[in-house]
Amino acid sequence: MERTLLQNILFYFGVVVIVVIAVFPFYYAVMTSFETGTAIFKPNFLPESFDLANYESVLNQRSFVRSVFNSVLIASTTVFFALLLAVTASYALARVRFRGRGLLLMTILGVSMFPQIAVLSGLYELVNLLGLYNSPYALVLSYTIFTLPFTVWVLTTFMRELPVEIEEAAIVDGATPWIIITKVFLPLLWPALVTTGLLAFIGAWNEFLFALTFTISETQRTVPVAIALLSGASVQEIPWGPIMAASVIVTVPLIILVLIFQRKIVAGLTAGGVKG
Amino acid sequence: MSTSDVNTAQRGRGRELNLQQQRVRAAYMFLVPMLIMLALVAAWPLFRSISFSFTDASANTIFNGQSDWIGFDNYIERRVRSNGEVRWRGVLVDGDWWNAVWNTVRFSIVSVALETFFGLMVALVLNMEFKGRGLVRAAILIPWAIPTVVSARMWGWMLNDQFGIINHMMLSIGLISEPIAWTASADTAMIAVLIVDVWKTTPFMALLILAGLQMIPRDMYEAARLDGINAVKVFFKVTLPLLRPAIMVAVIFRALDALRIFDLIYLLTPQSDATVTMSVLSYREIQQFGDYGEGSAMSTLLFVIITVFVLLYIKLGKVDLAGEKS
Repeated sequence: MERTLLQNILFYFGVVVIVVIAVFPFYYAVMTSFETGTAIFKPNFLPESFDLANYESVLNQRSFVRSVFNSVLIASTTVFFALLLAVTASYALARVRFRGRGLLLMTILGVSMFPQIAVLSGLYELVNLLGLYNSPYALVLSYTIFTLPFTVWVLTTFMRELPVEIEEAAIVDGATPWIIITKVFLPLLWPALVTTGLLAFIGAWNEFLFALTFTISETQRTVPVAIALLSGASVQEIPWGPIMAASVIVTVPLIILVLIFQRKIVAGLTAGGVKG
Repeated sequence: MSTSDVNTAQRGRGRELNLQQQRVRAAYMFLVPMLIMLALVAAWPLFRSISFSFTDASANTIFNGQSDWIGFDNYIERRVRSNGEVRWRGVLVDGDWWNAVWNTVRFSIVSVALETFFGLMVALVLNMEFKGRGLVRAAILIPWAIPTVVSARMWGWMLNDQFGIINHMMLSIGLISEPIAWTASADTAMIAVLIVDVWKTTPFMALLILAGLQMIPRDMYEAARLDGINAVKVFFKVTLPLLRPAIMVAVIFRALDALRIFDLIYLLTPQSDATVTMSVLSYREIQQFGDYGEGSAMSTLLFVIITVFVLLYIKLGKVDLAGEKS
């Protein structure tokens, strides 16, 4: 549709507002992370200092580096196991007709949107019974509660889209369901697996409630808990500089990943949400 | 038809049936590991949490089995004191609990409404063709990608009463005459939480709605335009009704997230009665006070409320979440 000059100006003004609101808080955090001393308390819109002291102080804390390592380990292990179980399960849910399939799908969706607090005390008991309290495996186990249903759900919607002819041809050739999954579908599903895995990874990386409850010592913490508990001597002395530096350190890799896989992530987020 | 033909046909059908049975059997085998896992990490802990809500379990008795079954006493209990006075206690007569329910409900309604509105605006913009569209889409993914803990900290800094840039901006353009203690003051704590939540989750809403928008055939707009119908009318008569399913699904996803909100509130406005939600209150009861019984009663009530809400929403809104009908 043709637009007049005025409409164009208004439109681009709206676009600029959206971009500024979306980007400014993180930009401001990055700027603060390079400021120390009194500079940090002076509000400014353009970078005025470039001081790496905050980064040094955060990276010199051995527990923070350890937290990053914990988070990477926990999120990748969780995602690996979730994908392993989800590939076969989603084949069954997407390609085979059986009684109770709709109900099962709804249950899986229900579990993924569960209020986590509703299982907290039961899970706390389970984690202790298995002797996993204050260990990364407590979190690997508990994160399965949202990564597994999520990956099953998204992979099911991806798997539904695969053409039925490919599967029929494989069946005519005498392929068993296991062969169909591993030899026929898996090569086609790589992009979907990457997308789903990445989304589940972000979910596990960001999780806070379980991480806060199931770990106690500094060395076992994940990144979100470490950032949440970074504090000064008193409430008045919140170390904003180091907090911003830590925030930037854990967020930049995520943002880069998200920007690289932009299209795939949008496809993954909307899969299952909206259907054609 | 000769007898041999009939036989082949029957054998063929037999084999097909066999094949279908084989596939169903394989499907069950494939589902078993996932179901066992979900039973272990979801069903069993949920069952235990609900069980705790009927006991007097505390941090000391939770593991040694010394907690006693007390029925519904955590929820509501009638006590008659020696002087004949009747006292009610339990979560259901607890003012703090109803305050948390009210906070959760108003937070959910306002945040989801704002996110739907802004999400729709952003989606409409992104659905247009213009230079730099890819860049805008990338930009709005940033708030979504930032961990909640980080956004709570970032905004906590920006909303700081003394040094925050938000107060600075508002003071310099004369919107306010003195700095506001956004996160600390009871009047503004909920507003602060809403600002951060809307900022962080509008992108998700926008992307879901955008996917719905892109499924509306372009020739619909063409036809409406040729008929000389103005853009506003097209939006309300064509776009919005066709978008309804996408919006309905996006709203329930967001609403479920809003009803269980924990981390943002726990970090941005700790200890504030004006924002404490059901999840936060239940967590406090369990972790800080070690009252597993009452804390679990709260979490169980939250679970029941959310379940009832979802069932009503799906039934009344005729939402096809599983995609089984399409």
